[in-house]
Amino acid sequence: MEDASQLAIEARVAEEQRHHSVTPFFWVWGTLLVLTAIEVYLGYQNMEPKRMLSILMCLSIVKAALIIGYFMHMKYEVSRMKYLTMCSLVFCLAMMMVFFPDAFRILSLGVK
Amino acid sequence: MAEAALPSNVAEIYEPSLFGTYSKKVGMWLFLLSDSLTFGALLYAYSYGRISISNWPTPFHSGSIVNATIMTAFLLTSSLTMVMAVNASARGNEKSRLIYLLATMACGVGFIVLHGKEWSHLISEGLRLPIFPAVPHQEVASEFADVSKTVPQFAATFFGLTGMHMLHVTLGVVYLGVIALRRKFIPILFACWLVAWLATPSYSPFHYAAHVLLIAALVCSLIMWLKPKIYDAADVEVAGLYWHFVDLVWMFIFPLVYIMSTKIV
Repeated sequence: MEDASQLAIEARVAEEQRHHSVTPFFWVWGTLLVLTAIEVYLGYQNMEPKRMLSILMCLSIVKAALIIGYFMHMKYEVSRMKYLTMCSLVFCLAMMMVFFPDAFRILSLGVK
Repeated sequence: MAEAALPSNVAEIYEPSLFGTYSKKVGMWLFLLSDSLTFGALLYAYSYGRISISNWPTPFHSGSIVNATIMTAFLLTSSLTMVMAVNASARGNEKSRLIYLLATMACGVGFIVLHGKEWSHLISEGLRLPIFPAVPHQEVASEFADVSKTVPQFAATFFGLTGMHMLHVTLGVVYLGVIALRRKFIPILFACWLVAWLATPSYSPFHYAAHVLLIAALVCSLIMWLKPKIYDAADVEVAGLYWHFVDLVWMFIFPLVYIMSTKIV
């Protein structure tokens, strides 16, 4: 009967998706293309690398949020699913930043 | 099968799902979370090199940026067609589902071809890994011959990161092909392997990478032989999650690797 309960949940999820309008997906697609065009434009501006990197990463995070929220349907999931998955991911990725001070240290030492 | 004796209120009889959705989807999310850490580590390694090496190369001319922008547009469009396929599948519209899945695969193939072209160009200009076979008659004064020697981290992180992503896109196309065409896709996959293997020169890394398609064809044959099934709306949605993830990762690779290494002339 476990399969039966899974099939019932699948049917309910499919039923929910039938009521989703496709119009927001076209808006999201258009927004993603516009954000990409802005990134390319910035690439041709002679900007200071740190400033450019900050702007590009902000744009990438906005694009990622749109893809996860709308295309991956996270917006329509229950709160428990949203917060557990996204918080654990952000925490793990943030932990990797521990290596960056070392990269800056090497640069300031002038080691090639 | 379980479908035959499915009472209408079965989901209410049993304890509700912890995450409010079915297990396959939760399983795919867990896989994607772990895979995002793999890409996270590769992106951090690239960024570490970018920060710590003062003479980091900027090899991408406007031709490369235009190429990468078209690749990005292909992936974004493929995500739109994928979401339309999921929607059509939920509505039970089989014909639209097939058309949208094939459109998604076409965009994915377009991305791989353009990326392959970009790699081939960079390799012909001298950017290479030590494991790549030697290119015959390559000029010593090629544009990136020095880069591979003075900053070997660039080639290592560039090929590692984009190669891993290209592998994911290739496997994504195979995954969608199996969902869309089932057993009919297997001979197509074998044909693609033969074409990719025979049409690429022996010194190209793609000559060897083509065997990924052979392995994929064998694994897919085994899966469909052991567990033949008709893929339903839930399977399409789960495949869609994987595909959108591949798109999502590129949204970080594109600015970090290409835009940040643009050569302004």
